[in-house]
Amino acid sequence: MSGQSSGGGFLMSVVVHGDSALNEQEKELNQRLRRLYPAVNENETPLPRSWSPKDKFSYIGLSQNNLRVHYKGHGKTPKDAASVRATHPIPAACGVYYFEVKIISKGRDGYMGIGLSAQGVNMNRLPDITFAKAGWDKHSYGYHGDDGHSFCSSGTGQPYGPTFTTGDVIGCCVNLINNTCFYTKNGHSLGIAFTDLPPNLYPTVGLQTPGEVVDANFGQHPFVFDIEDYMREWRTKIQAQIDRFPIGEREGEWQSMIQKMVASYLVHHSYCATAEAFAKSTDQAVHEELASIKNRQKIQKLVLSGRMGEAIETTQQLYPNLLERNPDLLFMLKVRQFIEMVNGTDSEVRCLGGRSPKSQDSYPGSPRPFSSPSHKASSSQPYLTGFDSNCCNGVTSNKSHSSSPHSHKPCPPGSGSTLPASDISLNGSRSQQPITSNDVDMEVDHFTNGVTESSSNGFLNGTSKHTTEPDDCDADMEVESAQSKRQLCGGSQAAIERMIHFGRELQSMSEHLRRECGKNSANKKMLKDAFSLLAYSDPWNSPVGYQLDAIQREPVCSTLNSAILETHNLPKQPPLAQAVGQAAQCLAMMARTGSGSCAFASVDDYLH
Amino acid sequence: MQKGGSVIEDIMEVTATSRHYVDRLFDPDPQKVLQGVIDMKNAVIGNNKQKANLIVLGAVPRLLYLLQQSSSSMELRTECAVVLGSLAMGTENNIKSLVDCHIIPALLQGLLSSDLIFIEACLRCLRTVFISPVTPVQLLYTDPTVIPHLMSLLSNSLRTQEYITQIFSHCCKTPEHQTILFNHGAIQNIAPLLISPSYKVRMQALKCFSVLAYENTQVSMTLVNVLVDGELLTQVFVKMMQRDQPIEMQLTAAKCLTYMCRASAIRTDDSCIVLKTLPCLVRMCSKEHLLEERVEGAETLAYLMEPDVELQRIASTTDHLVAMLADYFKYPSSVSAITDIKRLDHDLKHAHELRQAAFKLYASLGSNDEDIRKKITETENMMDRIVSGLSESSIKVRLAAVRCLHSLSRSVQQLRTSFHDHAVWKPLMKLLQNAPDEVLVMASSTLCNLLLEFSPSKEPILESGVIELLCSLTQSDSPALRVNGIWALMNMAFQADQKVKVEIVRCLGTEQLFRLLSDPDTNVLMKTLGLLRNLLSTRPHIDQIMSSHGKQIMQAVTLILEAEHSIEVKEQTLCILANIADGNTAKDLIMTNDDMLQKIKYYMGHSNVKLQLAATFCVSNLIWNEEDGSQERQDKLREMGFVDILHKLTQSSDPNLSDRAKTALQQYLA
Repeated sequence: MSGQSSGGGFLMSVVVHGDSALNEQEKELNQRLRRLYPAVNENETPLPRSWSPKDKFSYIGLSQNNLRVHYKGHGKTPKDAASVRATHPIPAACGVYYFEVKIISKGRDGYMGIGLSAQGVNMNRLPDITFAKAGWDKHSYGYHGDDGHSFCSSGTGQPYGPTFTTGDVIGCCVNLINNTCFYTKNGHSLGIAFTDLPPNLYPTVGLQTPGEVVDANFGQHPFVFDIEDYMREWRTKIQAQIDRFPIGEREGEWQSMIQKMVASYLVHHSYCATAEAFAKSTDQAVHEELASIKNRQKIQKLVLSGRMGEAIETTQQLYPNLLERNPDLLFMLKVRQFIEMVNGTDSEVRCLGGRSPKSQDSYPGSPRPFSSPSHKASSSQPYLTGFDSNCCNGVTSNKSHSSSPHSHKPCPPGSGSTLPASDISLNGSRSQQPITSNDVDMEVDHFTNGVTESSSNGFLNGTSKHTTEPDDCDADMEVESAQSKRQLCGGSQAAIERMIHFGRELQSMSEHLRRECGKNSANKKMLKDAFSLLAYSDPWNSPVGYQLDAIQREPVCSTLNSAILETHNLPKQPPLAQAVGQAAQCLAMMARTGSGSCAFASVDDYLH
Repeated sequence: MQKGGSVIEDIMEVTATSRHYVDRLFDPDPQKVLQGVIDMKNAVIGNNKQKANLIVLGAVPRLLYLLQQSSSSMELRTECAVVLGSLAMGTENNIKSLVDCHIIPALLQGLLSSDLIFIEACLRCLRTVFISPVTPVQLLYTDPTVIPHLMSLLSNSLRTQEYITQIFSHCCKTPEHQTILFNHGAIQNIAPLLISPSYKVRMQALKCFSVLAYENTQVSMTLVNVLVDGELLTQVFVKMMQRDQPIEMQLTAAKCLTYMCRASAIRTDDSCIVLKTLPCLVRMCSKEHLLEERVEGAETLAYLMEPDVELQRIASTTDHLVAMLADYFKYPSSVSAITDIKRLDHDLKHAHELRQAAFKLYASLGSNDEDIRKKITETENMMDRIVSGLSESSIKVRLAAVRCLHSLSRSVQQLRTSFHDHAVWKPLMKLLQNAPDEVLVMASSTLCNLLLEFSPSKEPILESGVIELLCSLTQSDSPALRVNGIWALMNMAFQADQKVKVEIVRCLGTEQLFRLLSDPDTNVLMKTLGLLRNLLSTRPHIDQIMSSHGKQIMQAVTLILEAEHSIEVKEQTLCILANIADGNTAKDLIMTNDDMLQKIKYYMGHSNVKLQLAATFCVSNLIWNEEDGSQERQDKLREMGFVDILHKLTQSSDPNLSDRAKTALQQYLA
């Protein structure tokens, strides 16, 4: 009953039926579920999509893609009651969960129960214990059509709502924040039926007399009841709770803490001018030598502009023992260097290609603060260096870059003019007033750009530019490299030879590493992927072409940066990133431990 | 002593500084006057004592003078308006003083200025004055140019929008006000404000629509067709009821839709009513909201569903509403009394309002459906609560309680059971002794139901001297009370003892009886005839009453049959005649009255079957065999041509009528 098996089943049913209407329905279902329950991670906790053919009593028959339930027993005594559960329990991360059941026929007596039940512990004892009508057993909750009573884990009901019969639509809503449940009839809320619900309940229906037929709607169709309105109310409640969370007496500390976080973030990513100005205006000490920050900045810029050879060299000069002590890191850098050679950007091959090593491709964008693997995977198109600067950050120093390429040599940081962060630094230094919330906002803004992949400004910018002005970019390249097309190692034969040679060195380094440190599957894969580039005539458009994407420099860059910081006993990650990561982890943990309020407290909502 | 002394010193000191402020207003140097006004502004903010002092010392006329002087600088005039606005923020007494100084016309005049800042200051002050309950709203309408000018100022700024809409919503109290605002384009001018970026403006605009639409068909009918930014106004209201909107906004939007629905501009089965407005109002009744919101929610909901049984049914099953309302009776709660004085005070203030709102809502819920009434009476202590509600000091609560009782008294089952068990008639009778007319109408109407013959309360009520009370009601100026009085007597006389009937006739007096028979209100006439008919049933009763009052009754019957009356009235009268014809001695009163016999003959040939039937009944009773003198009566009527008519009637297409005619003819054959 894992998520995967259900996913497989669902795919299969689409294939088997090959029915386009059904396909449409699945699409609508997926869309609706995503909209209603955005916080649910379906890899961990799949949502109920149909009744389970395995988790039912034999008197129950299923049809219509396991959405229709009918009774096929004798229906003589209450012992003949039978029920069926949905494929999965309700994930807590739904916050508020809702499904509806339409009574197609009330059958002989209309003894139908709609509700929730927990998974039976002992599957062998299923028949008469676990599968009575919903609401009759332990951890089983139901609303019965014949008398309108609610049943809470017992055979005796309590007056609850009106009776229901053929044609009625009964909805069941589980509030996973306060662990209550209410029902709806034909779109009208009937009020709380149960409180103190246990976690992991399954949508359940129970039938008892012949002819009873009901259809479930787990989101396949629009609901009769306006559940989204109810969810809006709870989202507002949770957000108000967060907004009103007391900071208490320590308000002053609160502000200085935020300032520290911002400052450390700037230092971490080597925005020295900005960091300096910020520290000055907020009256803080910077915990790292300015020179050291500048050194890191220099190395980062080299990595981000694809000049790996120089980056490795500079690192070895400035931090003599760092790479010797981290052979895996060195290996990673070298693999990247190999990729950059293929790309034609590494200085070694570029010299051979007859191009000025400094004529292009310094990386004008800021490092992506929290690079995310999912993003990389999604962008299979090769981005051109220098061009994808847009893609990383909305800052548009791009224009000046192409018109006066020489201004972009790794210049002494502090001049501030080429840094994308320069507008921030200007801003910071101009307004000498003690930190205003404005400053903080701006920082946070900037920082979001990197985090929210899909919606981030920077990314959108990048892609849209890429798609709308591809000719432009090619033209740029032509002018600069005097070549009509992207070619391996920039098109120079000597460069290709150099690259092949480097590849051999890399191969032997890998073997050496394995002997010294044992097998490392990550290293092995890295190398294999990199070498695979050579298997294609146009590596940029190959399945492994994503490696050539400049975005892939970012994780390398941040790993190297973290390693350098570690040698200085500084945190590997800036506290700001850590706090964001921690908040996200907290929410994930809340989802796992059944705290439904996580559904309405997305970290992204607060990073705008 | 010491303490007292220091307070007096404080006051004296304050007065001294206040005088200084006022004196500076008279400085010959305009610059110094301006500075004086600004200082005064800073001094009065949040200081009620200072405000009162300045008013007493005569600052207001001077400020108004400066404000109106065209020679004053714009800045000075604006600052004056600001100070006056600040003074208005104080106590109700402050407002009264300001209004007495004719601040309203002065500020309205100021609105003609072209300076927006000044206009805003004037509007702000006007707003504060007009939202006070002590200001007569009529002052807004005295000058007919004011409303159109305010409409034209609406487009100027967010502030003018907020203040003007707030003034409108507080000053629209009567249908006339609604019409004035409507005629000056209130709807078109205010509708766009519903999507203003400012919450305050949206909210005030919404309030305007709720007061404009209340019981106003013209406004409501117009509203349903209004588009705001391409969207129907009803949809805009629905959006404002979304559950993440502030409660105040949800509630006011629900009011707008309720009023539009009650004015027949929206059908009661429209989804915006059934699926949005009604659930929204039910939610407002829940415990999590403020007491004021719960009161308003319950009252609006009661009003919404009053005429529609389907809405009543839906509401009765929504969110346990019936049980939820029981909580309205739990204020002040015992917990609040002990723990929190402030809360106790708050609870006490709202306790009456809560109770009356709950009674109103119960009354509305139970007005048609028997199952809902049962559900209500089964709510915890419900009948006890009504009983004690009937004798509460607050008239509002008493009225609501009796409305609730009235609604429930439509249930035969409840009359037989819970009403009797809780002796509700006792407080009801007490209530009838001395109460305002609106309470009396409801109470007497309830009493009518309690006097129905199957009601076990009928007996004890009779014994409590109710007849006199009811007879006095029939002399009331209010037609509703006269109807209820005579109606109750009619119910009481139905199958009653001879003793009761005699008592009714004696107590009412024939004179009053005949006055009621010529009552301008048809309802009163009908119930009076009903009473007569009930009095004149069973032979001994007929003979007895006819022997003492026969002459007058025959006279009254003649009068009614000769006058212009509806078919129903005539039918009822002929039925009385038929009853008289059933008496032993009473028959003679008809047989000796040839004029009456001619009338009966006439109605037997009438075009209306009901009247023919009643007249035939009468004849049938007169010629019935086995009674003394039946032969002579048969002969007389044959002579008068009745037999021929009866033969004709046997051919009637109406089976009842032909049967009745055949039965009558059989009397001749025996």
